[in-house]
Amino acid sequence: MVKTPIYFDHAATTPVCEESAKAMLNYLTGTFGNPNSQHEFGRQAMKAVDEARDGIAKIINCKPSELYFTSGGTESDNWALRGVAHAFKNKGKHIIISPIEHAAMLATAKALEKEGFKVSFMKVDGEGFVDLEHLKSIVDKDTIFVGCMLANNEVGTIEPIKEIAQIAHSVGAVCFTDAVQAAGVLKIDVKDLGVDLMSMSSHKIYGPKGVGALYIRNGLRIESIITGGHQERTKRGGTTNVAGIVGFYEAFRIADRDLEKNAIYVSALRDRFIERALNEIPYIKLNGPKDGSKRLPANADFSFDYIEGESILFSLDLAGIAVSSGSACSSGSLEPSHVLLSLGLPEALAHGSIRFSFGKHNTLEEIDYAVDELKSAVSRLREMSPLFKLEEGEIKNV
Amino acid sequence: MYNDKVMETFRNPKNVGEIENADGVGTVGNASCGDIMQISLKIENDVIVDAKFKTFGCAAAIATSSTATEMIKGMTVEEALKVTNKQVIETLGGLPSQKIHCSVLAEEAIKKAIEDYHAKKNA
Repeated sequence: MVKTPIYFDHAATTPVCEESAKAMLNYLTGTFGNPNSQHEFGRQAMKAVDEARDGIAKIINCKPSELYFTSGGTESDNWALRGVAHAFKNKGKHIIISPIEHAAMLATAKALEKEGFKVSFMKVDGEGFVDLEHLKSIVDKDTIFVGCMLANNEVGTIEPIKEIAQIAHSVGAVCFTDAVQAAGVLKIDVKDLGVDLMSMSSHKIYGPKGVGALYIRNGLRIESIITGGHQERTKRGGTTNVAGIVGFYEAFRIADRDLEKNAIYVSALRDRFIERALNEIPYIKLNGPKDGSKRLPANADFSFDYIEGESILFSLDLAGIAVSSGSACSSGSLEPSHVLLSLGLPEALAHGSIRFSFGKHNTLEEIDYAVDELKSAVSRLREMSPLFKLEEGEIKNV
Repeated sequence: MYNDKVMETFRNPKNVGEIENADGVGTVGNASCGDIMQISLKIENDVIVDAKFKTFGCAAAIATSSTATEMIKGMTVEEALKVTNKQVIETLGGLPSQKIHCSVLAEEAIKKAIEDYHAKKNA
């Protein structure tokens, strides 16, 4: 018998790994100093932050001076978009982002629109891939910012960021990528990608919550959004989150060390889940790329005809399986997923989606148990649905 | 977000299904909003002797359907018309604010089913 509860929501957050928790502890109680203090306590803390900065910079192939610690993905996204828009407002007013960005980007773009910036959206295809030809047709001399996720949080699509960066740079625009779901999961070389800015987060890769980073290419003009003291080379005020940064680095280091091993393991779980679900559950659609190599190794997202996502979520919850409907960030809202609508799904199907995101501690037994429970939850809910009627074994669409 | 009573009602809803040759059927909501509720009634001498539901929607929509159908069984149609969404919420011990609309759907589905009953009777 499989042990419950089972956690299949790693795209929402992950447990802090032992190594990270252990590393942090010393900087909470022992070496507690403020890195900006000049005395020994401060110097010790600064040394730890420097080591973390050097280590993460090495993993993503940038200079330590190009890495800025933040409170996480949302702040990094806000800073990148707002900071560039404000720094370049005299050069141009045109911002281009993908329609499947995180709310941190969409809400910031909306706020900038009110300030007089013009926001356009890239087109994405049915699997969530950015249409590069369309992007080429909408960039112009007025474009200052082009931003797209490296990998989508809901459907797992891995975007052609290198090509997007080339298109952005062809008109002199700044290129940004949100790598919150990708950093520590996919091998990333910022110089090879060619982006000017990249967001990262700690808690998606078995590090603590409340800490992340923004890569800012040396020499790029950007305004601060959090003004205060001289922290982060005067670009981001606020007392340095030493323990968080130490924990972030330790988690990132482990994730990078085990990257291939984890990817192979987790994608095998994913593929087993997808294969069984598609074979055994009727009227189900896999959202996002069919080609597993172009999809986040941990992601499986499905839409179910005739039933609604939240009722599936709670049915699985009652069976001890934690998943998310749409993305965790949008739950509680009544709107169907903006990501699925952008992929061209009709509203009813966009309401009926569930995201499974697997982790390195999950097992094949858990996968099989979850597919079995999903099967019975879906058929129970369909029996309750007025849209679903089985007549002589044939479904009648009413 | 949901209290235990809502979760328990969602886990074991009562009156799931459709009444054959129902005396009144009411369907409200639409798929693009994420909720469709259908209530069917068996009525004898203006008394609701049976009520069943079929619902496409969230856990709250299913729980309110179950509770609403349970409440009106045994009521006269006049009494059932007076059932409000507030009473459904109270019976469930409360609903999160963004789920209040589910209870409104339940009230509307009952009213529509009774309208259908009157229409059929007068036809």
